[in-house]
Amino acid sequence: MKSSPLALEPGFQLGPVPVSKPVIVTWALMAALVLASLLVTRRLSLRPGTGQSALELFVETLDQQIRDTIGADPAPYRALLGTIFLFVLVANWSSLVPGVEPPTARLETDAALALIVFFATIYHGLRTRGPLGYLATFAEPSIIMIPLNLVEQITRTFSLVVRLFGNIMSGVFVIGVVLSLAGLLVPIPLMALDLLTGAVQAYIFATLAMVFIGSAVDGQGSRARD
Amino acid sequence: MDDIQYISVIAAAVAVSFGAIGPALAEGKAVAAAMEAIARQPEAAGVLSRTLFVGLAMIETMAIYCLVIALLLLFANPFVK
Repeated sequence: MKSSPLALEPGFQLGPVPVSKPVIVTWALMAALVLASLLVTRRLSLRPGTGQSALELFVETLDQQIRDTIGADPAPYRALLGTIFLFVLVANWSSLVPGVEPPTARLETDAALALIVFFATIYHGLRTRGPLGYLATFAEPSIIMIPLNLVEQITRTFSLVVRLFGNIMSGVFVIGVVLSLAGLLVPIPLMALDLLTGAVQAYIFATLAMVFIGSAVDGQGSRARD
Repeated sequence: MDDIQYISVIAAAVAVSFGAIGPALAEGKAVAAAMEAIARQPEAAGVLSRTLFVGLAMIETMAIYCLVIALLLLFANPFVK
């Protein structure tokens, strides 16, 4: 049987700390993202080239999404949400590189990402509403809802983890099974489907992070929108 | 293979198969409603499809939960060994 999708295979030993393969892939992806960002933004000009145009298109779309969802100035959220989207997208698509397993197919990476979203939600809630104002949002719409709202904080973070993990891991798993049953070149359509799933999941992860932060920040903007 | 392992394999299959029914029906309903709404108001397609995607992801999570339970039963069963 194929190895468990929950177990970690060790990559190499760094002193006393075992470094697993997903960690290596994660650092490689981060380095690639940083390098690509540096290359694209190195020479910004008023008459943008291809790379700069693509980047500007992405940032403008992101800003518009943030404005629509959170209903506030996108500047404080752009970096976090854009990085989350790009990282999850690149991580999901890294399965295209032979021999690389996407780090998002591991529970730990997804848990780390979801925890970042969890703490960012609290941070932005505290930043915009103040401690008392943020605590008061837990008593909305009525005071009876406090336990439910508290539980929701945990469950929605957990579902964020499990959603990304389940989707990406099942894609990897299905390709492995089909490859061992049918052989070479047969899983290619499934890999194409995986690209779509990966993009949609990256979008959904970023959108949900946006929605969570938006719900913590202010109801004003989203109410003004509709 | 002892009894627990046999039961776990069957339970994993049952979890995935029955867990897929509900989300499948729900996703069908959601997409049908979104199609109808887009047909009525094509100018709202952007907002509708964004909401649809997020909603579908929410619904799909139920099926993914079942998948994770099945994987736990197969690979990380606390009652085996």
